This record gives sequence, structure tokens and C-alpha cells, in this order.
Amino acid sequence: MNIVINGIHYEVEKNTTILQACRKAGIDIPTLCHDDRLEPFASCRMCLVEIEGSNKLVTSCSTVVKDNMVVYTHSDKIIEARKDVLDLLVGNHPLECLSCDKSGQCKLQDYCYEYGIIESSYNGDRREPYVDTSNPFYDYDARKCILCGLCVRVCDELQCTSAIGFGNRGFDTVVTTPFNEGLINSKCVSCGNCVSVCPVGALTPKVQKYRHWESKEVQTTCSYCGVGCQLNLIVKGDKVVGAQPSKEGPNDGLLCVKGKFAYKFINHPDRIKTPLIKRNGKFEEASWDEAYRLIRRKINGIKEESGSEAFAGLTSARCTNEENYLFQKLFRAVIGTNNIDHCARL
Amino acid sequence: MITVEKLKKIKKEQRPLLEKRLREIGNVDIKEDGSIVLNGDYYKKQLRIALKNCEIIDPNNIKEYIAVDGYFALADCLSNMSPKEIIEDIKESGLRGRGGAGFPTGKKWETAYSYDDDQKYMIANADEGDPGAFMDRSILENDPHSVLEGMIIGGYAVGADKGFIYVRAEYPLAVERLQIAIEQAKELGVLGNNILGTGFNFDIELRLGAGAFVCGEGTALIESIEGKRGMPRTKIYRTSHKGLWEKPTIINNVETYANVPVIFQKGVNWYKNIGTEKSPGTKVFALVGKVENAGLVEVPMGTTLREIVFDIGGGTQNGKKFKAVQTGGPSGGCIPADLIDTPVDFESLDEIGSIMGSGGMVVMDEDTCMVDIARYFLDFTVDESCGKCVPCREGTKRLLEMLERFVAGKGEEGDIERLERLSNTVTEASLCSLGKTAATPIVTTLKYFMDEYKAHIYDKKCPAGACQALVEYFITDDCIGCGACAKACPVDCISGEKKELHVIDQDRCIKCGACMEACPPKVSAVIKR
Repeated sequence: MNIVINGIHYEVEKNTTILQACRKAGIDIPTLCHDDRLEPFASCRMCLVEIEGSNKLVTSCSTVVKDNMVVYTHSDKIIEARKDVLDLLVGNHPLECLSCDKSGQCKLQDYCYEYGIIESSYNGDRREPYVDTSNPFYDYDARKCILCGLCVRVCDELQCTSAIGFGNRGFDTVVTTPFNEGLINSKCVSCGNCVSVCPVGALTPKVQKYRHWESKEVQTTCSYCGVGCQLNLIVKGDKVVGAQPSKEGPNDGLLCVKGKFAYKFINHPDRIKTPLIKRNGKFEEASWDEAYRLIRRKINGIKEESGSEAFAGLTSARCTNEENYLFQKLFRAVIGTNNIDHCARL
Repeated sequence: MITVEKLKKIKKEQRPLLEKRLREIGNVDIKEDGSIVLNGDYYKKQLRIALKNCEIIDPNNIKEYIAVDGYFALADCLSNMSPKEIIEDIKESGLRGRGGAGFPTGKKWETAYSYDDDQKYMIANADEGDPGAFMDRSILENDPHSVLEGMIIGGYAVGADKGFIYVRAEYPLAVERLQIAIEQAKELGVLGNNILGTGFNFDIELRLGAGAFVCGEGTALIESIEGKRGMPRTKIYRTSHKGLWEKPTIINNVETYANVPVIFQKGVNWYKNIGTEKSPGTKVFALVGKVENAGLVEVPMGTTLREIVFDIGGGTQNGKKFKAVQTGGPSGGCIPADLIDTPVDFESLDEIGSIMGSGGMVVMDEDTCMVDIARYFLDFTVDESCGKCVPCREGTKRLLEMLERFVAGKGEEGDIERLERLSNTVTEASLCSLGKTAATPIVTTLKYFMDEYKAHIYDKKCPAGACQALVEYFITDDCIGCGACAKACPVDCISGEKKELHVIDQDRCIKCGACMEACPPKVSAVIKR
């Protein structure tokens, strides 16, 4: 199919949306409510584009390309419409960027910068303040919420928990739990996928403060189970301060409560960082060489005395598949026993 | 099993009983061709198709519906016509959706027909929510079978075997009568399995709306039937392609369905000759507001506003000067007096910036402030916005806040431009028709009554004298000093000796108007300015 975007011809596949076509062509279209993994919602109205021959503006996220369509993504009319939408959003959003955790990676802030919105031209009512801090891992602040619905739809369409939804109507709409009973009393499994997709600072993790520009992201494999979810640990200085799911992996941008929030053990003072050897009834720190020497001596001794069948090994779901493989290899080939098991079998 | 012969037998038995009952009441004329019409001047000037049985038959007795030829169209369609022929006839008749948008019904049915699917649905949109509109309510309460018959014919045409009537719970009588009608139709065999022995199955269930105006929007209605929050969907596909549970779905308004049996009873050509070329047939309007004879009016499309408001409605009340008429409910526009000769059809109303809508028609006289009217409708829209898209959720609220400032005398230089710009954005950028049309009352009043906006903003005056904050009560020299106004004043701000001119302290006056009401009519010394 042929399509003309801003005067340049492109060839796109059938059933492509205008947004997909533009992204493929490297044309940046602003979106606040769009996520490739979700059904188009078309609520933020930032991705509006103009189509030649039609006097109506259409949302590029939900409009499928037609052959020989002529699209304008940054005409004066479109830019003005996007500015107005941002103006309306900012009119109901506290400009607390100076103290907001999300500053620096907030889409609303970025678009306001791009479209030159300094403050709202409306000085009217604001949404009633409403916060839900009942979940142990994250908070919701309705004042900052732009109601893009990403959290609600991720919870419903991808996490399949449907713990949250829209409450109230019109101007008073908020994201809430059934009967406003709070996240802690809802079906929420604290996976935090809502927090991961929130484009602004409405859903934020309850952890150490950091600013985007102070941190770096380190991609790693989640160590909690064998799925191999990819995640980016957010590191400030020498401390891990957060985790974001990566879209490059089997998890496709999702995590569970452990991957998303259970990283605090990394910097925990009780964490064992060196091998410990019990001497005179007390654990003492030792080097890896010392520890391996001790293990080898003990294994050889027990094997000579009682034979290979005196050994049994139990390994952990926290280990990777490769580590588990090597562990059973050690038991079968080196120690010489089949007494090997794994906690995940239970 | 019911057959056409049995239907004829029921008609033969019931017709004399119906006529006898009607003669006793004496409110109808029975014509030579067998049609029964309500008598009286108000009805004489109307042509009733959708309302033809209203207030004539007993809605709780299916036999009376059959006595006025009910279900014969269905019998004819099922036994003598193919689905394709029915669709062609509806297309040929030119019937357009009566819910507001005026989409050609035949074209809609054809789309659903063209998709081969294991399940299709028919939905009747009976979520009538415009303030002051009660067209659908009247049909549902007085002639429920006509809607059922229209739906069954539609179901047969598109290949659906399941229908839902989405009716608002605030219409308990309509719900009750629909339930009775469905039961009776099933019992008789014109609904349910093997209808009229033709092997065609069609079932209808009721779904009650919980009071959200936006659920009258097709996709929000579908979401609501699916058990979700009533919010409009973004339309990637037409609902006639992927609608309820992603299946081909026809949503038609109650009035549209009520037209269907009549088209087959009286023939496509008969129907086509009523109304205008592009908008055939009739339209029901709920004529309300400051009009002498308020009520339901059904007239051929293309009838002028003047004929409706003056000839049928009897003009404004108390001899006040006619100022404007608002058509199309809260999303409609205000049409000024000088456009009173506009014919009422989809195209003509669109041309002057208003819409047909579902048929609300509010008459306004010289005492109505057009800025305040815009504020009133925006107040409604703000309440009824679902909150999904930004322009409607946030934009309508800001529009309302501006209008509230105008009527309170707090308008500023540049406000009209801001109002125009935001109205434009809300219209262009909103997701569904509720948002896209929310600003129409503002746009049309700005277009036709700009003077009033200017008077509110720059002169701090309300020319109609309706905006409390902008009026002053003043006692003229005609005052006879009776003291009635001072007694009536709740804040004691009127002073004056007996038999002498009284004075209102403007600083303390709360502008309640009690003094004006209290002043003896013969004197009328208190004026509003």
C-alpha cells in the first residue's frame, strides 16, 4: 500500500495504522495513551493527524492506512490541537515538577517542552485530591493522573487481573478499585505493571528517591525464576533503586511483583557477600578458595567413608537453567549420585 | 403454531372490539381506509407513522396491535421476501436513522448482512436521554410491538437471531410494557423459535441502562451490554462489522424500528413520497419549552420550523416574542427567529449549524438568555461526559467555567476568542459524538446571538434579563408607596415612607425578584433592567 506522509511517499503493509506507519518512517507522533501491546484506546488525542480530503482530524493510533492516503502529522491545525490538549491536561495537573520523582522521564513534561506549554491558560477547578497509599509497593496520586488508562488496560488486557478501573465520571474521573476500597483490599497482585507504564508521576514506586538523570539502567535477567524475564535495574551511584521491565525478552515489558519490587536484597546489609565457614561454632568470613578447598576435602572424605549415595543435592529456582544444569552435572558426574532434586518440583 | 390465517382471524375478531372501545372514548376518527387517527387540531396537522398507534391501541394487548395490521408485515417478509429483498426495500425507501446521525438504515443493514458470521445481533437503542425528549418513551410505552416487529424484520434481513433492547431504567413503564409485549409475542409465536412456522428464530432481551447519557452512543451502549463501563470505543470498524462481542451488530433507534413495519405494510413508494428526497418519511419531535401546545409532534421531513412551532405548537406562551428554537438536544444548536422558515431535515439543519438529533425541540422566547442557555446545556454535557478523552473531559468543563463567568458578569476581554478556540478544539479533537457536538450550543449562539455575549462581557448586562447577577431591580416613579415590595423583600433592602416612592438599596439587593412579584400588577412599578 502506498501512503504519503508529509509529502513523502512510503510503502506500508495492509492493516497498518497511521501511527505504525509513521513510526516505521521515523516520524515522531506524540502519544500518551498508546502502547503497542494494547488495543487502541484513542483517549489522549495527542496522536491526531490530518488526512487530505477529510475535514475531520483522526487519531493515528486507531486509523488503518488506506491506499494512497495523504497524511499530515505536523500541520498548523494539528500542532494547535495538540497544544490545546496539553493545555487542558496541564490545567488539571499540579506543576510540581521540581519535587516530582518522575521529572526527567515524564511524557507530559516532555511534550509540554516540545510544544511550548509553560503553564495552563485555565485557572479553574481541579480534580478532587485522592491518593491511595495502601499498597506496600506503590502509590497512586489522582492529582497527577492524566487518565490515559494505560494502567487500567495493562492490568486488564495483559496482567488479566482487572484490579483497577475508572471510577466516577467526566471531570471527576479517577483510577480506583471496586467500591473505592483501596488497592490493598482489591485483587491487585502488586505486579507493578501499572507503575511501569504510567507516563506521568501518578503511579510511583514507594522506594528510594532518584531522578532520572542521576541514574543509569543496567539490563539483566531476573533471578527469581526460570522464565528469564529481562529487566533494567536502575542504578544510582552504587545502589539499585528500581527496576523497569524490558521489552526485549519473553516478558515483553511485564514483570511480577518480585522482578519489579523485590530487588532490595541487593543492597541489604544482611546480604552474604563472601562465603562463611563455621569455626569454633561461629561463622567467619572466608575467601572462595578457602571455601572450595573445604568443600572438596569434605566431599572426598565422605565419599571414601560412606560412598556416593551418602550425598543428596537440592537446588533452587532462583538459579538459572544453566546453573541448575551444572549442579546436577556435578552430582551425577563428579560425586556420582542421582540423589538430586529441585525446589520447583514440589 | 401461529399462521397468517390465524393472524387474520385475530384481526377480524379484535378489530370491532377495538373500534367499539375507541368510539366510546371518542378521541379518534376512523377513516375509510381503515386507519385510525387521533382527532383534534393538534393532531390534524401531523402525519403519524412512528406514533400511529400511540394512544390508540392498548399496549398490553397484542391482539389490538394485530387489529391495526400489526405483525402482518413480519409475516409477509418472512414468507414472501428474501433478506436481500428486504434490505433493498429499506434502502429504496430511504429510511435514515432517527437517533440523530441520519445514517441510511438500509446501508447499515447491508453491511451487517455482507459479513458471514456465526452470530449477529440487533440492538434497539432506547436510551433516550436528551433533556425534554420523550419520543422513544412514548413509542415504547404505547406501541412496544412496533419496535419488536421492526427488530425481528431487521434480524431476518441481516441474519441475526438475537436482539437486545437497551432501555433506560428511568422508564419503568416502558420496561414493564416491553416485558409484557415480549411475553405475549413469544406466546403467540411471532417471537422466539420458529416464528410464524417459517423456521426463523429470533429472541429479544431487555438490558436496562443505569442512567448514563453517554450510553446512548452506540459503542458505549455496546460496552454497557457487555458488562463494562459505558465508555465509547474508538471506531476502527463499524459496529455493523464488529460490534457487540466483536460480532456484526445493528444498532437502530426505537423510532427507526417503529418505521420499518409501516414501510412494508404500505409500500416503499408510499413511504418515499413522504418527506424530502434525501430525508424521506416523518420525524417525531418533542416540542417543549415556552410553547403554547407542548407535546409530541410527528410531521413529514421538510416541514418548516414555523409550521411546527406556530401552526402545531401554537406559538409562544403569553404572547411573548419568539426568539429561538433549539433542536437536537444538548448537542444541538439554537436557531434564531429569522431562520424560522428553515425546513426540518438532516441537510437543512446541518447547513445552519444545528442537528436533527433524536428530535428535541425547545422553544425560547424573549425572556431566555442565550448565554445562559449555552451554559445550561454545557452544564448537562459536563455532567454526562464519560471522562475518557481529554477534550471532552477537561475541555467541556473549561467551556462551562467560562460561560459561568459570563453570566456572573465576570467575563473579560479576549474571552470570546478563547471560547471560540476551545469550542473548536473540543469539536475537532473529541472521541465520540458527545464531545464532538458538546460545543454546538455555544457555536450556534455565538453565531446568531453574538450581541448577547458582548453585552454580558463588555457591558455586564443581560439583555433578556435572565442572568441574576447582571440585572438590577429598580422602582419607577409609578410607585404608589403601598409597601408590598418592602414586605416581600427577604433582606429588607427596600425603604420608603408610606404612599411615597420606595427605593431599593442596590448594594444589599440579592436580586431574588420578590419585589417585582409583590408589586400590584396594575402598578408594575418594579422593573428589571
